[in-house]
Amino acid sequence: MTLLEGKNLTMVFGGLTALDSVNIHINKGEILGLIGPNGAGKTTLFNLLTGVYSPSRGSIYFKEREIKNLKPYQITRLGIARTFQNIRLFGEMSVLDNVIIGQHCRTRTGVFGAIFRPPAVRDEEKRVKEKAMEILEFVGLAEAAKEKAKNLPYGKQRKLEMARALATEPELILLDEPAAGMNPQETNDLIELIQKVNDMGKTVLLIEHDMKLVMGICQRIVVLDYGKKIADGTPEEVKNDENVLKAYLGAALDKEVK
Amino acid sequence: MNSYYVQILTVTGINIILAVSLNLVTGFTGQLSLCHATFMGIGAYTATLAALKLGIPFAVALILGAISAALFGFIIGVPTLRLKGDYLAIATLGFGEIMKNILLNLEITGGPMGLRGIPKVTNVYVVYLCVTLVIFSLNRIMHSRVGKSFIAIREDELAAEAMGINTANFKILAFVLGAFYAGLAGGLYAFFFRYINPNNFGFMKSIEILSMVVLGGLGNTYGALLGAAIITVLPEFLRSVSPVIAQYRMVFYGILLVAMMIWRPQGIMGENKVMKRRGQAA
Ligand SMILES: Nc1ncnc2c1ncn2[C@@H]1O[C@H](COP(=O)(O)OP(=O)(O)OP(=O)(O)O)[C@@H](O)[C@H]1O
Ligand SMILES: [Mg+2]
Repeated sequence: MTLLEGKNLTMVFGGLTALDSVNIHINKGEILGLIGPNGAGKTTLFNLLTGVYSPSRGSIYFKEREIKNLKPYQITRLGIARTFQNIRLFGEMSVLDNVIIGQHCRTRTGVFGAIFRPPAVRDEEKRVKEKAMEILEFVGLAEAAKEKAKNLPYGKQRKLEMARALATEPELILLDEPAAGMNPQETNDLIELIQKVNDMGKTVLLIEHDMKLVMGICQRIVVLDYGKKIADGTPEEVKNDENVLKAYLGAALDKEVK
Repeated sequence: MNSYYVQILTVTGINIILAVSLNLVTGFTGQLSLCHATFMGIGAYTATLAALKLGIPFAVALILGAISAALFGFIIGVPTLRLKGDYLAIATLGFGEIMKNILLNLEITGGPMGLRGIPKVTNVYVVYLCVTLVIFSLNRIMHSRVGKSFIAIREDELAAEAMGINTANFKILAFVLGAFYAGLAGGLYAFFFRYINPNNFGFMKSIEILSMVVLGGLGNTYGALLGAAIITVLPEFLRSVSPVIAQYRMVFYGILLVAMMIWRPQGIMGENKVMKRRGQAA
């Protein structure tokens, strides 16, 4: 079953076409990899799917519902969560509070509830805190619960990004280079974690440069290059695709020339 | 106690309410507002007119003043809070000037002469009862889902939105709450000084309140409280030393703001970084 579908997605920034008529679908329950050289348009695609930008052309369906004109907070409520490539935690807040904020859209307390604290509000607070601790436990950050988010080492910040996204209770979770800056040990833990998240029934869309990671856990891979989709298939198919080899070889050559 | 000291203590209490409520908007939610004194003025005029012209009991008039300030906070908040940083500051500045001119020209507000002959109902006890209620409710809010959402918006608006927070609504909510408390302070002010005119609630007063918050520490309620106390008491002290120095109060605030930004941007008690680095899109 198709969980999310992007049709003909095009995004133009000024004169630059960052995405060019991309068709992409995500099946319920899969781990889909999204790869491509730097500047290929991967993060831009995430920004379209999560409502940060509205596409210049094309449409997006989540569970058959058109979402391209919804705001990011509305899309989160529908069940799509994301992490950010350039970590965007609430730095001055505690690790625990970061995850508690993640449950914002699943809770209700308003100003009057906050001031008068009736039993319903106390219960909600207790539940939220327990759930947040559970999630921290799950990603392996429980000991750091009281620390300020900005004081965590890099690898743990990436994990906290994931914990926070999980707290929104998503059906689909978009991970933008979750292994960037992690050491091999942390990367292995992360692979396990993503697998566990998927086993919980969550669908995963994963942007990653680490080929071993992508090839290892993705059932299917979509490749972008210069804003166009150039391949879509199993890791085996993609690995041997001529266009993909050319794109990556081209990118490698460019780097060498520089 | 000597009535002079009681007066300073009372004014300090009113300024504490103003400072902690501006801190909610600017310190916790990260929205720079330069019209806090305007909301105070709206509260002062509404409460006064309600009491004088309609004969409404003072306690009710105070609350009406706060509600009407909150209403104005909503009306100005909806269009302006889509603006970011500097633009928001300029919009609030414009709103303050417009309101001042309206107060200067309306007949019912007494124009530049203001309103006189207001009965003295506020005393030091009433003020500190209000201070206690304001700080109590603020603390409750800040420890709740609502307050955490305010801080999340300050820390990273895009990430807050990605967590499912309707950031536009919560920014407006912070603004409305801040205006409500400021309106309450305005009513207390009117019923204490018994005479109000538009100049009591102008840009200078807004800057004075901002100085209190910055001095004490943006994003820290007790810092704002301390800042309010220092900025209220210090000029009085200076006046007793030399009346000339006291005349240069505004210069002092200016120097203070600049100095704090350079050497201690987090204020006396604050730990938070002030005036968030502006985030770029994901
Ligand atoms: N807000 C924006 N304004 C203008 N140009 C943008 C904007 N966002 C992205 N771009 C441009 O769009 C292109 C695609 O960027 P994008 O970030 O999607 O690439 P990416 O595939 O995620 O790359 P990387 O692997 O480096 O993260 C780039 O040329 C980028 O400079
Ligand atoms: Mg990217």
